[in-house]
Amino acid sequence: MERFFPKSSPGAHGIQYREPLIFERSEPGRMGVSLPDAGVPETDPAAEIPAELLRGEIADMPSVTEVQAVRHFVRLSQLNYSVDTGFFPLGSCTMKFNPKVNEWAARLPGFAGAHPYLPEEHCQGILELMYRLERMLSEIAGLHATTLEPAAGAQGELTGLMMIRAWHMAHHGKPRKKVLIPDSAHGTNPASAALNGYTAVELKSNKDGVLEPATVAAAMDEDVACIMMTNPNTLGIFETHVKEIAEIVHSRGGLVYGDGANMNALLGRARPGDMGIDVMQYNLHKTFSTPHGGGGPGSGPVSVAKGLEPFLPRPTVVKDGDRYRLEFDRPQSVGKLRTFWGNVGMMVRAYAYIRELGPEGLRACSDLAVLNAQYIRALIEKEWHVPYANRSLHEVVFSDKNLKETGVTTMDVAKALIDHGYHPPTVYFPLIVHGAIMVEPTETETKETLENFAQAMLAIAAQAREEPEALKAMPQKPIVERLDETRAARKPVLRWTPEMSREA
Amino acid sequence: MRYHPHTESDIREMLAKIGVQSLDELFSSIPRSLQLDRPLAVEPALDERALMEHLEALAAKQPKAVPFLGAGAYPHHVPPSVDQLLLRGELYTAYTPYQPEIAQGTVQITFEFQTFVTLLTGLEIANASMYDGASATAEAALMAIRVSNGKRTRIVVSRALHPEYRETIRTYLGAAYELVEVAFDPVTGKTNLAALEAAVDENTAGVIIGYPNFFGVVDDLPAAAKIAEAKGALCISATTEALAFGLLQGPGALGADIAVGEMQSFGNGLNFGGPGLGFFATREKFLRQFPGRVAGATVDKKGQRGFVLTLSTREQHIRREKATSNICTNHGLNAVAATIHLSMLGKHGLHALALLNWRRAKYAREQLANAGLEPVFKAPVFNEFAVHAPKDAIQRIYDAGLAGGLALDRYYPEIGDGLLLCVTELHDKARIDALVAALS
Repeated sequence: MERFFPKSSPGAHGIQYREPLIFERSEPGRMGVSLPDAGVPETDPAAEIPAELLRGEIADMPSVTEVQAVRHFVRLSQLNYSVDTGFFPLGSCTMKFNPKVNEWAARLPGFAGAHPYLPEEHCQGILELMYRLERMLSEIAGLHATTLEPAAGAQGELTGLMMIRAWHMAHHGKPRKKVLIPDSAHGTNPASAALNGYTAVELKSNKDGVLEPATVAAAMDEDVACIMMTNPNTLGIFETHVKEIAEIVHSRGGLVYGDGANMNALLGRARPGDMGIDVMQYNLHKTFSTPHGGGGPGSGPVSVAKGLEPFLPRPTVVKDGDRYRLEFDRPQSVGKLRTFWGNVGMMVRAYAYIRELGPEGLRACSDLAVLNAQYIRALIEKEWHVPYANRSLHEVVFSDKNLKETGVTTMDVAKALIDHGYHPPTVYFPLIVHGAIMVEPTETETKETLENFAQAMLAIAAQAREEPEALKAMPQKPIVERLDETRAARKPVLRWTPEMSREA
Repeated sequence: MRYHPHTESDIREMLAKIGVQSLDELFSSIPRSLQLDRPLAVEPALDERALMEHLEALAAKQPKAVPFLGAGAYPHHVPPSVDQLLLRGELYTAYTPYQPEIAQGTVQITFEFQTFVTLLTGLEIANASMYDGASATAEAALMAIRVSNGKRTRIVVSRALHPEYRETIRTYLGAAYELVEVAFDPVTGKTNLAALEAAVDENTAGVIIGYPNFFGVVDDLPAAAKIAEAKGALCISATTEALAFGLLQGPGALGADIAVGEMQSFGNGLNFGGPGLGFFATREKFLRQFPGRVAGATVDKKGQRGFVLTLSTREQHIRREKATSNICTNHGLNAVAATIHLSMLGKHGLHALALLNWRRAKYAREQLANAGLEPVFKAPVFNEFAVHAPKDAIQRIYDAGLAGGLALDRYYPEIGDGLLLCVTELHDKARIDALVAALS
């Protein structure tokens, strides 16, 4: 067993605390906050509010001190793997380093404490930041204008498709019916199309993993509202025919939506707008280093070509002379998809990031992200099958082909990597690669880290041949072993109740 | 660049191993004509200190005073302990717990968050969070339509619901479904129940009521629930100020089938309105119909308790175009902040804080009335309320070194001189008295 664990693998045992639920730490009478005296008359709400609408303390809420709560959450945090812990090559998610100065910036009282309904003359600093970010994102995308409003990439997709729908209504009097989506696309693409009332039509990519113009031409007609392309696609491969495809779609009155999930491959190297893409969402938490937060918040600005600018959500940020303001008077706007003006806390971080890197730094991000991905491929492709021969960019997708005879699955490989001390790559996506293992190292990782990870991957390949059963028992090092997901779905327990603790 | 570790010799060795001559060659799959042949036109790089000074200058342009203003985003005390825990890299630099064995921290906290949401709302199940209150409300409307198998196509919403929530619902519903707005009673500020009853028909999938509503008024949720039930529609309560649940009965106990809204008040700052923290709770019978991620308890191979994301067959990455929503990333870290804050508040602190908010707001209401600023509405409120105010009220507030107030005519032209104010634990007696003096 030990010989399959290179010394370079950082995974080791440490102290981890079993931590009950906060509700199981409760002792009535305790409290973890400091509250002021009212300083005003101690009036009784029952004198105004009808009794049926009032309640007192909620029985099952916990009662703990600040000390107890702090330990509880520190211990829970120690059960998490994170970018700050180590290498996190989760494909398609761009788990790059989250700069600490950005966290400092977002916490400045002038940003964190600002109310969204401050009068314009009292929020000029934030409006200026938003205006500058909007201009920079438009430039980076090579598009005309950008809305900062969408809360996440998926909401950006929804927003983009709504604008496409509105554009068709304005130009053709009808929204059209279909959206073309390659088979390698993220699940959010067809879900966003469906939410917009469109039928998703799947397009097959060719043996090189890219979309053929002929495939698009055959599917393209006057019922197609747009094509949704991710470029580079989810194999990490650049869609070489993107311009020609855009021309085909445009020639039949359709538009081209670009999923910007993979923009970390293209910064300063190529721009979606120059490829014929009309609408594109960013994911600030991928490309521009805002933290993933264990599942959000993200931020999904959408950049558009000039013809779609009238349809941007309300409001936009505009500059009049040296004053900034929110523009609500937008008669053709698709409306609002959320309260207020966007995830401003994420904008501050993304803005800080772009300003710190500048044009050369941004380009270096993509150069080094691609270099790192291709280096991993070069180090392990003899043992790990890459189903598409042509070079990808910022990520590389391996298949489970070489595991075939061993009985070891992609999931086993992922769990083994945990014991080696790494976060596993994205697995079983994209769906067009059998047992896909999707590695996106990002630019912030050192050459040594990549080499150590490669050694672990090679050791796992060897162990799969010689000790497949040992792999199936992994992970052993985390506080829990493989969890019974079937039971979780079959007998859902989605909240704590006192009975749950009595049974445990 | 301190985030880029590659030395010149690293790059040389890596290129050699890959078998290419240059970084440019790595991009050779991009047709020449599509490659950018100039640097991006963004401003030059700043060093860390210069960046900090630039950002401090931008931040300094916003006022320091705590605003007397809610309207969907509420100023509350965020204990330093909450923020310091949030700064643990293991929490904020992790991602969606796709590998639960090394994400038990995130999944367990999510499970605790869901429990808090069910306790606050009095409903049985809750998801791991939504983007914000408005999008959660729009998703609730879509769910109500789904529950009717798409047979009911009308959503009825009170005009006393937050205007931006209503606009968001309209955007999400699009042209496919009918959105009917129901008037509020200009005397009480509550939804006009006769108008509501007239608008709800057999084709109505959902009835949406603000609780409390945009005017801070504690609306008649039980009556609205009965009207919805009589026609077989779902009753949806939308709450912008979740702290109200420390004093007011949970919507589930009052007949709501879905409770949605905004929980930014717990542990999260204002951040100029985003990120917020949408919550979504409903009845257990709608388990397969509700949107978004959800954590559940299970056991590992040794029988030890553990937590996983579950019921994912509703979600876009499995179901694609047949998913219950397109939502992927939610507002996980904001949910962590709320969970930490709610844990520290606990049973006693939550109720005490809510009561404190109500008492301070009541004092402000009385002092303002004594100074001639009469309330616009008669019905009871929580920590927010509207008063008839002079035209230059907002100017006077800022001139006095204070902040806040929202002129209601922005959204309700018929309430010409209405000023919406909010008072929380951050506004002590001296500040309230200063506000009253500024407006007298």
